[in-house]
Amino acid sequence: MEQGTIIKVSGPLVVAEGMNEAKMYDVVRVSEKRLIGEVIELRGDQASIQVYEETGGLGPGEPVFSTGEPLSVELGPGLIRSIYDGIQRPLNVIREEVGDYITRGVDVPALNREKKWAFQPSSLKAGDEVSAGDILGTVQETPTVVHKILVPPGLQGVVEEIKGGEFTVEETVARIKTDSRVVEVNMLQRWPVRKERPYREKISPDIPLITGQRVVDAFFPVAKGGTACVPGPFGSGKTVLQHALAKWCDAQIIIYCGCGERGNEMTDVLMEFPELDDPRTGDKLINRTVMVANTSNMPVAAREASIYTAITIAEYFRDMGYSVALMADSTSRWAEAMREMSGRLEEMPGEEGYPAYLPTRAAQFYERAGRVKCLGSDSREGALSVIGAVSPPGGDLSDPVVQATLKVVQVFWSLEDWLAYERHFPAINWLSSYSLYIDNLEEYFRKEVAEDWADMRKGALKILQQEAELKEIARLVGVDALSPQDRLTLDTAKSLREDFLHQNAFHEVDTYTSFAKQYRMLRAIILFHNQAQKAFQEGMEFKKLASLPVKEEIARMKYIPEDKIQTFDQLEEKVKAQMMDN
Amino acid sequence: MAKEYLTVKEIVGPLVLVDEVSGVKYEELVELELPDGEIRRGKVLEVNKKLALVQLFEGSSGVNIFGSRVKFLGKGVELGVSTDLLGRVFDGLGRPIDGGPRIIPEKRLDINGNPINPYARDYPSEFIQTGISAIDGLNTLVRGQKLPIFSGSGLPHPQIAAQVARQAKVVGKEEEFAVVFGAMGITFEESDYFISDFRRTGAIDRAVLFMNLADDPAIERISTPRMACTAAEFLAFEKDMHVLIILSDMTNYCEALREISAARKEVPGRRGYPGYLYTDLSSMYERAGRIKGRKGSITMMPILTMPEDDKTHPIPDLTGYITEGQIILSRQLHKKGLYPPIDVLPSLSRLKDKGIGKGKTREDHSDVFNQLFAAYARGKEAQELAVILGEAALSETDKLFFSFADRFEGEYIAQGENEDRTIEETLDLGWKLLSMLPVEELKRIRPEYIEKYLKK
Ligand SMILES: Nc1ncnc2c1ncn2[C@@H]1O[C@H](COP(=O)(O)OP(=O)(O)OP(=O)(O)O)[C@@H](O)[C@H]1O
Ligand SMILES: [Mg+2]
Repeated sequence: MEQGTIIKVSGPLVVAEGMNEAKMYDVVRVSEKRLIGEVIELRGDQASIQVYEETGGLGPGEPVFSTGEPLSVELGPGLIRSIYDGIQRPLNVIREEVGDYITRGVDVPALNREKKWAFQPSSLKAGDEVSAGDILGTVQETPTVVHKILVPPGLQGVVEEIKGGEFTVEETVARIKTDSRVVEVNMLQRWPVRKERPYREKISPDIPLITGQRVVDAFFPVAKGGTACVPGPFGSGKTVLQHALAKWCDAQIIIYCGCGERGNEMTDVLMEFPELDDPRTGDKLINRTVMVANTSNMPVAAREASIYTAITIAEYFRDMGYSVALMADSTSRWAEAMREMSGRLEEMPGEEGYPAYLPTRAAQFYERAGRVKCLGSDSREGALSVIGAVSPPGGDLSDPVVQATLKVVQVFWSLEDWLAYERHFPAINWLSSYSLYIDNLEEYFRKEVAEDWADMRKGALKILQQEAELKEIARLVGVDALSPQDRLTLDTAKSLREDFLHQNAFHEVDTYTSFAKQYRMLRAIILFHNQAQKAFQEGMEFKKLASLPVKEEIARMKYIPEDKIQTFDQLEEKVKAQMMDN
Repeated sequence: MAKEYLTVKEIVGPLVLVDEVSGVKYEELVELELPDGEIRRGKVLEVNKKLALVQLFEGSSGVNIFGSRVKFLGKGVELGVSTDLLGRVFDGLGRPIDGGPRIIPEKRLDINGNPINPYARDYPSEFIQTGISAIDGLNTLVRGQKLPIFSGSGLPHPQIAAQVARQAKVVGKEEEFAVVFGAMGITFEESDYFISDFRRTGAIDRAVLFMNLADDPAIERISTPRMACTAAEFLAFEKDMHVLIILSDMTNYCEALREISAARKEVPGRRGYPGYLYTDLSSMYERAGRIKGRKGSITMMPILTMPEDDKTHPIPDLTGYITEGQIILSRQLHKKGLYPPIDVLPSLSRLKDKGIGKGKTREDHSDVFNQLFAAYARGKEAQELAVILGEAALSETDKLFFSFADRFEGEYIAQGENEDRTIEETLDLGWKLLSMLPVEELKRIRPEYIEKYLKK
């Protein structure tokens, strides 16, 4: 093994000389403790190395060993239900090895080498031609997830043998003869994290990722294969929203990346997901989830890597033809890790000290999302949706990370502190947020939700816009000076905010709302609005309207259980009847 | 015998550059001996070939280039721990200053600690009753939480922190507890307030104090909170105690860090604070928590004074991004003569949701606090409106909210410095105030609870 010598240690940055053979982004082992590091700069025979573990106690003269390989992840059965650190070391195994605190130099494989998986071969037989992405067989990894074993990227040839049975990830399940040799294929792939995994082609996303969060689904939906960002100051609800999406969105696989955030938030997922039922499969949510957790107190360089580790795992499941959703909380911490390394390298700082390549890196990351035709002859489709939280200082959206992100993502959910102070959750500003998928998704909504969905959505948003203007006027002249029509607009807007947009993530019923129920809720509010407008024309007073008993029922409709949606019929009848009586 | 170097090359601020070194390690503890025999301690910030950059905890005043001898001690900064720490007072670097005997350590621990494996954490969910309604009812604290107080100069954060330290308990349990207090650059008066209060209540016997006062060396402060965390980890996770750490004032800590960063000529982040301030703070704050299978816990209450009362200043901002909520004090309420002047709208406890409710506090807790918040927010809004348009312009309902907000501040938020309210008292008080409002306005409360708890 090639060996160099440390000449400098400064925080997570180590510089070594004698590294002639090293390549950019190669993994190296630092000192006899064999700490894991990655080459991030080369000058002559000197390599700058970001070290993924604490560097206290290291000093000049200690050795550095090259591995000649880039930072890679292991892909295969056993990923689901795992919780990894930023460089894919399983945290549960680390705990078994070294106890409750993470110490240095722990070397554990990402995937269990002993566990046997029942491999079920596909219908391929000896003599069939195969190429990258073809399905060799499947493993039932959890009750929910069928793990497809694919011909690895770059491989093409003729099947010599595929065998069913119980195998570890390293045992051969198939032999494929290429032009030059016979390749033994097992269930373990390695893939460099900084390199996008290949697919056939990208296709335009036109199916929504259904999240059960009303403000998202109804107002600012994200498509399957789409990108969204959630910027907001501290405490505005980014993590609660990311957790809610991870719990309830209709992706088949969830990758949750806690990047430089709190340890307890990962524990929360770890403790809650094994308990929660997936509304679609009835199985436990944990059985479709992979976690990457590099919390804020864990080494900062591994935090930088964690995002890539997570998205590579996500791509791998996408390649099987799954709809995958990746939540990254928070991308700001990733950018800050990048900034820290850049500072130590004494690179020319850009805005706020961030390196000039921040926008490029952000774009490269989000570009790995998408709805794709996968490799493989069955032309299956996969989708990878990416939702990144951003934590700008003081909630200031001119922050370089927010700006770099907004340039690439299609959906913007703007969380604001004043909404959070009022405990209006999710604290998504309905005026400044947007989704660029609306037009693409319109057909789906028309067919799958309701013909009049798009119009209702537009109508509701318009009322909320009018509210903002009317409130300004009311501030100057008082509410009483407004016309009954305008007061109705204010009243309906309030109802939209409080009875529809407001959603308590911790309430057993309110936490998830199906599209069918969202539609009925919105319809009830708009019906009330339209009926009231008519009633005014017939001379009803505003005061009366505000005191109709059905208003209280509208306020409580969010608590109507999913299996009692028919009660909305009665609600609508009541709206009409009470309005008539006046 | 460690080698001694007489090769100090540069002194810049609290930093000393030593040349011609060999075998020096990053983060290593350093002793610098002045010609008169005085010893300064420091640690290695960077080693580059034969150059070691050393940060002196006691600062560099009086240090000269030619007369100083530097020794590298081959280990990091450590704290000797044992249960004898309890009842003792130390300086910011962990040396006894109470005239008591030396501590015979059970072991020596590196003060940087190691990160808790997220997989080993247990989720904090045990309700701590502080007896303060604005906290228990609205910003509930749980065991293992890190909940800072965002204060301002002259606001009564010492009183609140001391009241919490005095009254905090898990209802129905008698367990071993301890308070670890880390003082960074606070005034003698403030530190004296804590010490006398601990003495008065006897809490001093269960307390460990690390004191770096305003006139103590500023750079020493960088180690003080880590000393406190290390003592707390030992007491909590090896000696099964429930530890409350109070760190005051984190603003002074951050300023010391900024001083070092400036001396190193690093690219400054916002307002001159280093770009790694977030990571640095989290390496302390994240030491709070619970660990599966261990009895003890660390609950942390860092106190910081917001420069110019600005919540978006990097220190409160980055703290808020790491801690699990924040308790914000309001100068306005303080001027109104209210104690504790807790500004409940922007305050938040993020872990409350799993710490309250049936079997923990009471089934109606969550609904009541949602409703109290909403009503108070609306009342404040009405009050603002009244300022512009006059009270007469408010609707009848808004007038009710207006006076609700006043009573809420006067009766619910305000309480005595020695008043210890039970959670039932706090909840019932909430209901009592809500009964001022029309029932149909109580949208955030389940009808069955209104039925059960609302007394008209
Ligand atoms: N949908 C929701 N329903 C109910 N409460 C919510 C909701 N969203 C947020 N909250 C409340 O807001 C608190 C803060 O939310 P969260 O932890 O998600 O903030 P954050 O934006 O991730 O902050 P940070 O940047 O500091 O991590 C939660 O603990 C919870 O009390
Ligand atoms: Mg968060």
